[in-house]
Amino acid sequence: MKKPFDLNADYQPESFVFNKACKKKAGELIALYPPGRQQSAVMPLLDLAQRQVAEEGAKADPPYGGWIPRAAMDHIAEVLGMEKVKVYEVASFYSMYNMAPVGKYLVQLCTTTPCWLCGSDDIVKTCKKHLGIGMGETTKDGKFSLMEVECLGACVNAPMVQINDDYFEDLTSDTIKEVLDLLAEDMKPNIGSQRGRKGSMAMSGPTSLEDRAKKAGVA
Amino acid sequence: MLNDEDRIFTNLYGWEDFGLAAAKKRGDWDGTKAIIKKGREWIIEEMKASGLRGRGGAGFPTGMKWSFMPKESDGRPHYLVINADESEPGTCKDREIMRYDPHKLIEGALIAGFAMGAHAAYIYIRGEFYNEGSNLWKAVHEAYDAGLLGKNAAGSGWDFDVIVHRGAGAYICGEETALIESLEGKKGQPRNKPPFPAMAGLYSCPTTVNNVETIAVAPTILRRGAGWFAGLGLDEKNAGTKLFCISGHVEQPCNVEEEMGIPLKELIEKHCGGVRGGWENLKAVIPGGSSTPMLPKDVCDSIPMDFDNLREAGSGLGTAGVIVMDKSTDLIYAICRLSQFYMHESCGQCTPCREGTGWLWRVMRRMVAGNATVEEIDMLWDVTKEIEGHTICALGDAAAWPIQGLIRHFRDEMEVRIMEYRKAAA
Ligand SMILES: Cc1cc2nc3c(=O)[nH]c(=O)nc-3n(C[C@H](O)[C@H](O)[C@H](O)COP(=O)(O)O)c2cc1C
Ligand code: SF4
Ligand code: FES
Repeated sequence: MKKPFDLNADYQPESFVFNKACKKKAGELIALYPPGRQQSAVMPLLDLAQRQVAEEGAKADPPYGGWIPRAAMDHIAEVLGMEKVKVYEVASFYSMYNMAPVGKYLVQLCTTTPCWLCGSDDIVKTCKKHLGIGMGETTKDGKFSLMEVECLGACVNAPMVQINDDYFEDLTSDTIKEVLDLLAEDMKPNIGSQRGRKGSMAMSGPTSLEDRAKKAGVA
Repeated sequence: MLNDEDRIFTNLYGWEDFGLAAAKKRGDWDGTKAIIKKGREWIIEEMKASGLRGRGGAGFPTGMKWSFMPKESDGRPHYLVINADESEPGTCKDREIMRYDPHKLIEGALIAGFAMGAHAAYIYIRGEFYNEGSNLWKAVHEAYDAGLLGKNAAGSGWDFDVIVHRGAGAYICGEETALIESLEGKKGQPRNKPPFPAMAGLYSCPTTVNNVETIAVAPTILRRGAGWFAGLGLDEKNAGTKLFCISGHVEQPCNVEEEMGIPLKELIEKHCGGVRGGWENLKAVIPGGSSTPMLPKDVCDSIPMDFDNLREAGSGLGTAGVIVMDKSTDLIYAICRLSQFYMHESCGQCTPCREGTGWLWRVMRRMVAGNATVEEIDMLWDVTKEIEGHTICALGDAAAWPIQGLIRHFRDEMEVRIMEYRKAAA
């Protein structure tokens, strides 16, 4: 679950501005909405800020992941001509904006009923034990944070977790450990099903569209 | 069982490329211009005749919904907003459309947008679907490059833009007015209705909100004819094909497109390898996403999966997210976890929901342990009735129904839990 935010915490940086690439991107995002409706871009800009922080964090020692400093919200308020407090309100409403620093790899564990039915308790236990941290905590080396989240819309591939932008699905205790171990080395584990199925078709093969499956070389 | 020739989502599992060339081979963007040239009235009448009902959960007739948009613009632009927030536990179908078959959605957006006098569609996709959103954006850019979007889209004479907007984690933004607020750059809190979005939606302009699957099936319906779609399913009010997501205790969980009205048992046995441990090992099924009340096995034995049959059985088709639970399941915990979900997702605007969802969860937690009284089961029932229908949006109802389903069918199990707790404590 998302941490409350503390505008005056000592981890808050003094300042934030979009770097050159993000500034350009911000302009493009604002242009997606009708003139005078630039407030609609507040969510895309918060996401952009979080990504810029993540990019800087990936190179830092110790590393950290994407989060949204107060200074970033103030900057966005200025860019969009919004009251600061309105930006704070939006940022704190949505669960994906991290309001405090997190690890480089944010492991979001789905524990809602469909995932629970398929063994998410084991995945949670394994992650905690393997990383030596609890929910809402970050490993000392700055690499991993654990967070419990609600249904991520991949229930047919349960149990699953999201790590940064990617879904890891059809997990077992062993496969989630493998994923974490690869990430610990900054390697790229395969995303999606960890049992090797394509998308959300039945594990043993298609139950419909068999001809197409054959043509595509799947079955 | 549905024939492959009648399947709309032929790349449901991502065996083929999601890009434009492959999509065209699958039949997308075929004669789009000709469809649009038939005019707004024709499209809306054809959609009405097809019997398509919204795939976002409420099952509202799509053609009728489109007809609510003003015929002429009073100077305000019209908007189509596509609901890709997909966050109802048990539901994971729109994701597959967006990552594997996005051109179905984009072509549908153009046709639907034209039919309601809109020159722009915003697709609001849940933020966690980052890779799906990227595929969707790629497909949108391809469509622009091929002249299928933008000025004179697909040569139709109609200018049309599609914009993908990423959410950031909030189930409530799936509620259509909360989604609109969120698109406007605010907290996602539902609006009081009226005014309905067709009168004053996005930026106070006439707006229609439709689910991804609803929009994505429209082009195929219009190409193949309303009669084809209406001919599938058990009756004209429950027509067509439907994406089902079957999760939980089946041998092989999967998404599959099937005919509306397929018996639940057939769905599970044909496509999922059956219930884990066999059909007799089934305990209960949540048939349409987390908010629909569960059905006990004896109902599951024969229930057809469509809007009206499930409603008559005291539940609903909802999003067709089918959550299967075998005999090993602690049903009280399964529902308690959903109560936690609704508490977490309440936007906090109305008291019965904000306070009620927290109260329900706390009592449900005690019910899981058995640390409660039998009278409290009645109290739990009463409180769900206090919440139901007394809130700004249907999240209140959604929090109430799963508990009602549990009490209706498995009250004895709750009582046994309480007795056991007492025995252990004594
Ligand atoms: C709490 C809540 C959450 C909802 N979530 C979604 C959702 O994620 N996706 C969706 O399409 N509809 C969702 N709906 C339904 C929408 O409000 C709306 O009815 C639907 O998008 C209309 O599209 P349709 O007519 O094509 O079904 C939700 C409704 C409520 C009350
Ligand atoms: S019912 Fe709940 S989620 Fe809906 S508006 Fe009221 S408080 Fe918000
Ligand atoms: S319950 Fe975990 S993805 Fe839906």
